[in-house]
Amino acid sequence: MNRRVVVTGLGCITPIGNTVEEYWKSLLSGVSGIDHIRKFDTSDYPTKIAAEVKDFNPETYIDKKEARKMDRFTQLAVAASQMAMKDAGLRIEEIVAEKFGVILGSGIGGIETLEDQHQKLMDKGVRRISPFFIPMMISNIGAGHVSMFLGAKGPNTTVVTACASSTNAIGEAFKVIQRGAADIMISGGMEASITPLSIAGFCSMKAMSTNNEEPQKASRPFDINRDGFVMGEGSGILVLEELEHAQKRGARIYAEVVGYGMSADAYHITAPSPEGEGAARAMECALQDAGITSDEIDYINAHGTSTPYNDKFETMAIKKVFKDHAKELSISSTKSMTGHLLGAAGSIEAIACVLSANEDIVPPTINLDNPDPECDLDYTPNHSKKREVNYALSNSLGFGGHNATIIVKKYK
Amino acid sequence: MVFERVVEIIGEQLGINDVSEVKMTTSLINDLEADSLDAVEIVMAIEDEFGVEIPDEEAEKFKNIGDIVKYVEAKK
Repeated sequence: MNRRVVVTGLGCITPIGNTVEEYWKSLLSGVSGIDHIRKFDTSDYPTKIAAEVKDFNPETYIDKKEARKMDRFTQLAVAASQMAMKDAGLRIEEIVAEKFGVILGSGIGGIETLEDQHQKLMDKGVRRISPFFIPMMISNIGAGHVSMFLGAKGPNTTVVTACASSTNAIGEAFKVIQRGAADIMISGGMEASITPLSIAGFCSMKAMSTNNEEPQKASRPFDINRDGFVMGEGSGILVLEELEHAQKRGARIYAEVVGYGMSADAYHITAPSPEGEGAARAMECALQDAGITSDEIDYINAHGTSTPYNDKFETMAIKKVFKDHAKELSISSTKSMTGHLLGAAGSIEAIACVLSANEDIVPPTINLDNPDPECDLDYTPNHSKKREVNYALSNSLGFGGHNATIIVKKYK
Repeated sequence: MVFERVVEIIGEQLGINDVSEVKMTTSLINDLEADSLDAVEIVMAIEDEFGVEIPDEEAEKFKNIGDIVKYVEAKK
């Protein structure tokens, strides 16, 4: 019998709330976090909107001296990790540091730092590049800093699989505990790539919505008028813990992690494989890992990016895996509210699944006014729905053809 | 004047709010807990501020704030 893994702590900084309570409340009431980009002048940009994190002061969580040496993506992760650790009621003095690890995901890393330093190189030359440039920018530094802040000396790594990163991170952390290499893992992800260069790059790919007139209606997964994703930023952190370890210390248990699957499209750098074949295999792998049948799933938090391709192919993938049961599922894309947090998307969506299974309620897909005829499942349009959620599944699909799925179960 | 400005820069770089305790004899590494990367960044900021160039071999000889101030005063 495998060791069982449960979720005992949550933390997040998101475009719709800087605490888990606020985030969940916003999700259930259908609040959009999307607005005009405030960080930089978007006059020349076809896309002028994003889901920015508001009112985040790193110094609430991090000493000023330390915060200066961190890119925003790391600051967000350190903040959310501290929140999750506190929520779990964990104190480093009371746990075995060597059995306490960190696996996080980030698709892009410290791109704000990269852009600043490149500008400096152009303007002032080689001798003005900060010695902190590299250790601020590298994608793994988030997990590094979190380990230093929390004293976590166990397994530690970073997953970089574009928009699947943090779902992979949570899945890998789950496996680390399952096989006995750790008892507690900080898992999830972070992203902070609402920057001039990054937005320009995604604009050139024609991947983003240009609905600048109505920002809060721009992310509309499964709707016929969807025209691309809206970039978000933030971090979601889940404390995963071996069941007996959690029980022994009387921890509150939100839900159990029971399945993890992944696959590659082996098809194209950005386009999903036709009919969502790769995504379907990731879901099948996760179901198999959980040892359950597809008709046991109640809720799917879809990748649902609001791009024309993704939502259509993901729908096809769901139908392929779930057959007749597909119509019975509650599905939603919470990206309709949070925007697409890229490498951190899976982390806050996993939190949504955990809370959904914990409270028997499904958050909505907002802006679903005119469903695409090719997207004909129950996407929980516009209003959250009370229903029993025993098993919730979360999909994350990344450029490069990376597909990752995790399954959480109501803890009984 | 150089001393005050150097202290201000160091305070900014190291995130020290109250610099009133910083003296000519204060050591960056032993007293202010700067690491080797902090030291590089501080030297850069000082070069920018005073328009001087501090070669690495000179910077490595700095033992305390006073050494930096004296070097800058001599070069200005």
